[in-house]
Amino acid sequence: MPKPIVIVGAGQAAASFVSRHKALANKGIGNNEPLILIGEEPVPPYQRPPLSKAYMSGDLERDRLFIRPTQWYSEQNITTYFNTRVDSIDPQLRKLKTSDGQTIDYGKLILCTGSSPLSLPTRMGGDLAGVFTLRNIADAEAMAPELVLGRKLLIVGGGYIGLEAAAVARKFGLDVTVIEMAERILQRVAAPQTSDFFRMLHQQHDVDVRESTQLVRLTQKSDGLNSRVDGAELANGEQLEADLVLVGIGGRPNIKLADQSGLDCENGIAVNQICQTSNPDIFSAGDCASFMRNGQRIRLESVQNAADQGDLVARVIAGEAVTYDPLPWFWSDQYDCKLQIAGLNMGYTQTVIRPGSKPGGQSVWYYAQDKLLAVDAMNDTMAYALGRKMIGAGLHPSPDLIADPAIDLKTVSKK
Amino acid sequence: MAKITWKTEDGKEISADVKDGLNLMEAAIANDVPDVDGDCGGCLSCATCHVFVDEAWLERTGEVDDIEDTMLEMTDVERRDNSRLSCQLIASPELDGLVLHVPAP
Ligand SMILES: Cc1cc2nc3c(=O)[nH]c(=O)nc-3n(C[C@H](O)[C@H](O)[C@H](O)COP(=O)(O)OP(=O)(O)OC[C@H]3O[C@@H](n4cnc5c(N)ncnc54)[C@H](O)[C@@H]3O)c2cc1C
Ligand code: FES
Repeated sequence: MPKPIVIVGAGQAAASFVSRHKALANKGIGNNEPLILIGEEPVPPYQRPPLSKAYMSGDLERDRLFIRPTQWYSEQNITTYFNTRVDSIDPQLRKLKTSDGQTIDYGKLILCTGSSPLSLPTRMGGDLAGVFTLRNIADAEAMAPELVLGRKLLIVGGGYIGLEAAAVARKFGLDVTVIEMAERILQRVAAPQTSDFFRMLHQQHDVDVRESTQLVRLTQKSDGLNSRVDGAELANGEQLEADLVLVGIGGRPNIKLADQSGLDCENGIAVNQICQTSNPDIFSAGDCASFMRNGQRIRLESVQNAADQGDLVARVIAGEAVTYDPLPWFWSDQYDCKLQIAGLNMGYTQTVIRPGSKPGGQSVWYYAQDKLLAVDAMNDTMAYALGRKMIGAGLHPSPDLIADPAIDLKTVSKK
Repeated sequence: MAKITWKTEDGKEISADVKDGLNLMEAAIANDVPDVDGDCGGCLSCATCHVFVDEAWLERTGEVDDIEDTMLEMTDVERRDNSRLSCQLIASPELDGLVLHVPAP
């Protein structure tokens, strides 16, 4: 019997790996190695995107978060240890140790450990009651009862998660303030036009959006026993009131295990074009893995990346000659606006705006010189779909064509 | 309620009664249908929920709109005339008995 493949971390990438591995094995492809899935969270793999969207707003039932039904893993003969952390790996002996004291042998190891949200340091009030980050079901469920009409929510960080949470909180009637240290919200991930669109959208929903605004510390009130956040002190001297705070200031890859095991790490667990780490028996996929793209070692934090890399590792181990060359895509829901992104805007030199086919729609097209890199489509799924198709096909329609609303994109995409 | 049958390329058949209103990507996942992924949760961003509608049912499942039609050009397995994104098919009594073929990438 072949030695087991052990998957560390039971999230999006892990689910994709085991699904593909089983699908291939059921067709007689690969060695049908036994699978052992180990995850620190108490539940099987689930979708995180709804945590700041439909699940947070109560529009999606808990059951529907899970990527596969719970019984699927046992039906597929996958050994699962949830609520179990992997504490150390011995790559020489090909063994690992878990938080419940087990030693497990592996033939191949897949690190799908994801990323963790950054929190504010203790001296800035990061540990106070009423201060949240949002990564896990448990985080979403801890925050849910706090989303009560009339309360004041301060969101630190104007990225996607913070902005999505702002939209949900407005739906529940909270007073919402977003503070962003950079000049504009979404600065790290999008062009000014996309930031402008979302700033306006949130302002229309009465969110107080404050950019170029730096937090000094969260303040607290204390009744002797418990202390809880009650506001924030800003660098400009202003004091804000807050009943609760969501910190959404980005994440960092979970590389501790890899690092301690001597694997190369650089902006994440360094992998090659087949998601293999510096140890040939160990692969990595998802938020934690960094790979080369256009001469840079990058990480992507998206469902697309986690799902495609997990899938790829299963194919590689089954003997397929595939490499990772993704066409990234992403989405975000805020109020009634759906944002869909195709491609990666890294290195763009210009953008053009195209009005949507329907009112309220718009798309931002990113170019490096004349080369189309990416599209942000707001309420314009058609622009997303056609943009994605063009990028996939290596088409580079001239920016003038894109900017001209009289031109039918469909004809452009056929060229 | 609609009885839906998924047929896989290796000859397996999975049938299930699906509650009205549920989309058939979610129904496929709930019933362990292989190769229907649904990475975007049904928001027309991924095209990983691709199926072929059995020819006999094409009239009942109706026309594909422009957006889905474009997304269908991004499926792993090349689209055909009877391709659909199953997150856009919603269970209803009219679809009782529907047969879907699942492409295997
Ligand atoms: C609120 C929120 C909204 C998002 N919205 C979107 C969106 O709209 N679109 C999109 O594309 N992406 C979105 N994302 C990002 C997307 O969910 C992630 O990129 C994806 O989940 C990454 O998958 P992963 O498998 O790499 O990591 P995860 O899904 O995070 O899984 C990693 C798992 O590993 C476990 N783990 C870590 N270390 C160990 C260890 N030592 N032992 C055992 N287990 C361990 C962790 O507990 C975790 O369960 C969102 C993320 C969040 C948090
Ligand atoms: S589930 Fe993503 S398009 Fe259907």
